[in-house]
Amino acid sequence: MPGLEDLYREIILDHYRTPRNRGELEPPAVKTDGHNPLCGDEITVYLDVDTSTGTGDDATVRDIKIGGQGCSISQSSASMMSQAVLGTSVGNTKALLRRFKSLMGIEGVELIDGDDATDLGDLEALQGVVKFPVRIKCAVLSWNTLANALDQAAADAG
Amino acid sequence: MSASAGFDVAAVKADFPLLAKRTIDDKPLVYLDSGNTSHKPQSVIDAMSRFMEQSYAPINRSSYRLAGEATEVYEGARRAIARFVNAPSTDEIVFTKNATESMNLIAMAWGRANLGTGDVVVLTAMEHHANIVPWQMLAAERGIEIRWIPLTDDGQLDLTDLDTLLDGAKVLSFTAMSNVLGTITPIQRLCERAHDAGAIAVVDACQFVPHNVTDVQAWDADLVAFSSHKMCGPSGIGMLWGRMELLDAMPPFLGGGNMIDTVTFGGFTTAPVPAKFEAGTPPIVEAAGLTAAVEYLEGLGMANVRQHEMELTRYTLDSLNARFGDDITIYGPDNVEVRGGVFSFAFRDLHPHDVSQVLDGSNVCVRAGHHCAKPLMKVLDVGATTRASIYLYNDESDVDSLADGLDGATDIFGF
Repeated sequence: MPGLEDLYREIILDHYRTPRNRGELEPPAVKTDGHNPLCGDEITVYLDVDTSTGTGDDATVRDIKIGGQGCSISQSSASMMSQAVLGTSVGNTKALLRRFKSLMGIEGVELIDGDDATDLGDLEALQGVVKFPVRIKCAVLSWNTLANALDQAAADAG
Repeated sequence: MSASAGFDVAAVKADFPLLAKRTIDDKPLVYLDSGNTSHKPQSVIDAMSRFMEQSYAPINRSSYRLAGEATEVYEGARRAIARFVNAPSTDEIVFTKNATESMNLIAMAWGRANLGTGDVVVLTAMEHHANIVPWQMLAAERGIEIRWIPLTDDGQLDLTDLDTLLDGAKVLSFTAMSNVLGTITPIQRLCERAHDAGAIAVVDACQFVPHNVTDVQAWDADLVAFSSHKMCGPSGIGMLWGRMELLDAMPPFLGGGNMIDTVTFGGFTTAPVPAKFEAGTPPIVEAAGLTAAVEYLEGLGMANVRQHEMELTRYTLDSLNARFGDDITIYGPDNVEVRGGVFSFAFRDLHPHDVSQVLDGSNVCVRAGHHCAKPLMKVLDVGATTRASIYLYNDESDVDSLADGLDGATDIFGF
């Protein structure tokens, strides 16, 4: 078995103990919930998209907050995700989403040109999760919830 | 080793090849997830192999001698189960896929025939989803009302307002032993109270039957669901016992082969119970294994199994509480007379997924999650718990391994 130190890297434990961007946002920020029905973990993503910089992929993630409860992997992934996407463009957020899910070995995720240039930063620390397949769902829960939030924000923007 | 006379847990463990021989990282497994599913003794494995090697054939369909032999093996399992739970008649044992299917059969076959808008079904706050969702499906379909028996602080049923809850109820459906709290409910008393109120008593005995002497007649229950895979038998076969008057009056659940008396272009008539509820080819090989499981448990004696588990339950509660004090919260009653060997707990601020992950690092197998009892998690005000559950092959050293593993979690997370 791969060592637990592959999974519980210091940076992961740091985000778990001190989660970034915890909280809530008021409407018109969108709010989406994600559940892991197997273990009961719950993540809420609040997303505020600024369309003054452009529409679609050119819009900007002005603010993001994370709510809910879960294990160290789901919580640290959500925390690092919020840090990575805050202030970046929607297009870049989507690229991060594809890169991260690809890192997790999720089937059916196709990278597109330019994704390789997207820097995952601290999120690379979650690579060890792949060696513990049961925990991959924990790591991607917040990302799937963010994807729904992006869809909803796009729908709200008409 | 257990102090109970006549129960040699080391010898029992040696009967289970996976527990005796399987290693991960060159270390044996410490299996504390029997509330999920139990391991199988060699005799069960052999019975299934032998049946497939020597006697396998369709049952209840063909007239050649081999088919008769296979049918006899299948029906032998019915006799074994009837004996094991003291059913008055072998024909009252229905084989299903699992206990969940048995619960669905009850809700869909008995429920559809007997419940309409406004009718009341009483459940408890500590039910498994298998004794919740089928009733909720029925509620969505025909507007029945579901009421809930609340819990006391130590995880027993709070029966203070039972009369009010049962007023006008047609069904009381409850667990005999909670898969989260280990709580053993006052089964006989609940059946009696249900009958006094004019309701039928349905018992989810999935966790109870593998660990205790079961007597459905002493309970005076009406319908009882349980499963093979938690009692040393194979997965893929579940059981329903019911009083014949009820089973006889119930419409079928699944339609198809075996469950009919005759079929015409215009319709069908049903076979007698139990065939009426056994549509299609049943789990034949599994039935062969189930008989061996019953014989294995009978050989040990269920009273001895219960005695061993009560002693180990006491040891588990005392040793974990002594070692971890306020750092551990074990849910459920402290009195082992009303508790089985299921230990859901919170450990420091650690999430159950992380606790189970660290324990897996030392081959200690426990479950983390909501244990298919999300409403109960709400009552406990947690999202999930870590759950260790023992069985007849576990001993004090397994519990000690669990405690040692928890120390490891403290080290990694640095709390």
